[in-house]
Amino acid sequence: MDFRVTEDQAALQEGIRSFCEGRVPVDALGGMEKQPLDRELHGELAEMGVFGLRLEESEGGVGLGMSEAALVFAELGRRLVTGPLIWSHLAAGLVDGAGSGECVVTGLDRTRASNEPILLEYLEGAGSVLVLEASGVRRIDAAAIEARAIATPLDPLTPLHHAAALPEGESIGDAALSARLRREGAILSAAMLLGVCESTLELAVAYGQQREQFGRPIGGFQAIKHILADMYVRQEQVRSAVYAAAATADGRGVGDVDRAVATAKLLAGEFALKNARACVQVYGGMGFTWEMPPHYYLKRVFVLQNAFGSADEHALTVGEGLEGDAG
Amino acid sequence: MPVDLRYSDADETFRKDLRAWLAEAVPAHGAPPPRNDWDARREWDSGWQRKLFDAGYAGVQWPKEYGGRGASLTEELVYYEETARAQAPYIGMNFVGIRHGGPTLIAEGTELQKQAHLPRILRGEEIWCQGFSEPQAGSDLAALKTAAVRDGDHYVLNGQKIWTSFAQKADYCEMLVRTDPDAKHRGISWLIMPMDLPGIEIRPLPTLLGETDFSEMFVEDVRVPVENLVGAENDGWRVTNVTLRFERGTAWAADIIELQRMLRDMATLAKHVTHDGASAWDDKALRREIGHLSAEVESLWAMVKLQISELAKTGVPGLGGSAIKLGFTELNQRIYELATQLLGRAGMSRSDVGELPGGLGSGRIVEKYLNTLSLTIAAGSSQIQRNIISERILGMPREPR
Ligand SMILES: Cc1cc2nc3c(=O)[nH]c(=O)nc-3n(C[C@H](O)[C@H](O)[C@H](O)COP(=O)(O)OP(=O)(O)OC[C@H]3O[C@@H](n4cnc5c(N)ncnc54)[C@H](O)[C@@H]3O)c2cc1C
Repeated sequence: MDFRVTEDQAALQEGIRSFCEGRVPVDALGGMEKQPLDRELHGELAEMGVFGLRLEESEGGVGLGMSEAALVFAELGRRLVTGPLIWSHLAAGLVDGAGSGECVVTGLDRTRASNEPILLEYLEGAGSVLVLEASGVRRIDAAAIEARAIATPLDPLTPLHHAAALPEGESIGDAALSARLRREGAILSAAMLLGVCESTLELAVAYGQQREQFGRPIGGFQAIKHILADMYVRQEQVRSAVYAAAATADGRGVGDVDRAVATAKLLAGEFALKNARACVQVYGGMGFTWEMPPHYYLKRVFVLQNAFGSADEHALTVGEGLEGDAG
Repeated sequence: MPVDLRYSDADETFRKDLRAWLAEAVPAHGAPPPRNDWDARREWDSGWQRKLFDAGYAGVQWPKEYGGRGASLTEELVYYEETARAQAPYIGMNFVGIRHGGPTLIAEGTELQKQAHLPRILRGEEIWCQGFSEPQAGSDLAALKTAAVRDGDHYVLNGQKIWTSFAQKADYCEMLVRTDPDAKHRGISWLIMPMDLPGIEIRPLPTLLGETDFSEMFVEDVRVPVENLVGAENDGWRVTNVTLRFERGTAWAADIIELQRMLRDMATLAKHVTHDGASAWDDKALRREIGHLSAEVESLWAMVKLQISELAKTGVPGLGGSAIKLGFTELNQRIYELATQLLGRAGMSRSDVGELPGGLGSGRIVEKYLNTLSLTIAAGSSQIQRNIISERILGMPREPR
């Protein structure tokens, strides 16, 4: 057992982090609103290996595993990087040009029967749409989908389209593939939510040190300090759960992979939301303004929470897994 | 490659042997004695410790030369997993010696002190207690006043301690005393105090469980040899923090595993409890709530593994122990509270009423719930842990000290 991140992995993480800080700084978030997909950014991310990370080198990839992918996606989540990143990553090797970034791929998880409306992220600018169903995986030409843009998406950085129905498309994989992609998608979205936990804490800590009331920094008041400490504990719980899920998916875990993944996705969604809400609170009135960054994180949580299994579904998976499990 | 949770072959061999040993030793040790029969409790706790020692499982991680197994941190984790799985006797009265006093001596004690105490602690021959807290020095531990004045080759102790667990049965006490009245943190020393010295008076205090697990301890002109000083005079605060920090790596491991088991028991319990012909488990909201709690337990267990991995490779534990302590103790309360509520009217009794499946006892759940209330107070309250995290990890301004 060695649950630490290696130096190589930390270097990979650092590379993505410094790229994001330069390319999508927090104070530029406003300018990214309601923009169509940034193809240039998508291409740069592809060049950094974000999409092809887990493809073999012979297929033009980097040959790494879910653990590395989780570290990378946590960094992308931390900086609210835009685009259908998880779907394009999952499509690498399945849809031509997805790994290299030439074809932007978005997608929809319809594994669970539901009467929810069909909402697609980043449809505009995408070449293909992956659809996960219990029976298998389908690929649809994005151009073949009739949909209208939602004028006011909750997350101003994630454009949405509403479609009444989806065309048939082509089958590109069986039920097993669909289950695997969904599991990987859950880990990556949990990783992005870990990034949200980290950045909201980082913002709240900086604001706590800088903002003064009653003649001293608000971070010196216990009511604020204790909010921050709880945010830290949640962040570390999410980190440990996400790393454990990724390790288990890579075959370096103990116990059931579906349980580990449900644990990570459930906690990541819950705790990212709590941390984002806490961040708004620590900012006071500033936290309720559009100009300040906290609300972007809070809104992104709802996008990530509604992908690859809801909190309710994962909570049931973990809860029901206890049944008859005599350890 | 890492981010690896798997145990090595050596770990698994250790597990296999230990599991086989526990399968016979645990049932053979019998049922625990009544909680207020102190002689029987000491005998039971020490007897188990002795069996561990004879089988080579005492002090898994302690150096071999002092009677330990000299094994790795991961083997210690396996030890916790297997003893929890087998429902082996709780560490009980040996807690302070094994988790506190011993590790402090290993890190800071003289060769003589180590040889005098470590093997005896491991064999269950020495019970230790902890004389830290005082009536006016709880969270603000460094405000302690019990005085130790040098007189030739002895310190003469006067003052009062409180909340001293198992004081009535202990042979030694890790005693924090004031050796410099003009300094605060730098005027404290760490002494090994034999409990049979004249001038020590123990007055048991009933806990909210009605048991006398802790006591007030008065010391009047108690003469402790100077050679019982651990670390330098006035350096006791640092010594204390060394132990506390090293302890936090694995201190809660056993309890977290215990909690995983409790959640499985809770599923069993929820299936048993019925209202209007439907079981509590039929309620999806309850299954989800238990799922949430279970996910939190799993994440804390992964945090322990992260902490252990860092400790194993760098030898320096991070500050993360505070986060694990805070997260675990708060979660522990929520879980037992839910279990007690699930019991419904049976939860009004501290002795078992009605028949529960799977060897569960309603009374035991209620008692455990009551006990969870102490964990968010003892060993640095939740509020103190939050102060530590926000100040030392996140860099917020410090509280008055
Ligand atoms: C079951 C049990 C066993 C124990 N066994 C031992 C033992 O064997 N040996 C020993 O020495 N001690 C023992 N203790 C004592 C324990 O360490 C103290 O109870 C603990 O340190 C808290 O101190 P206190 O009780 O004086 O509470 P106080 O310090 O008076 O705290 C009261 C409340 O104020 C809060 N508070 C205090 N200071 C701050 C602050 N700066 N910021 C925010 N909130 C604050 C606390 O969180 C708490 O909620 C035991 C306690 C229990 C419950």
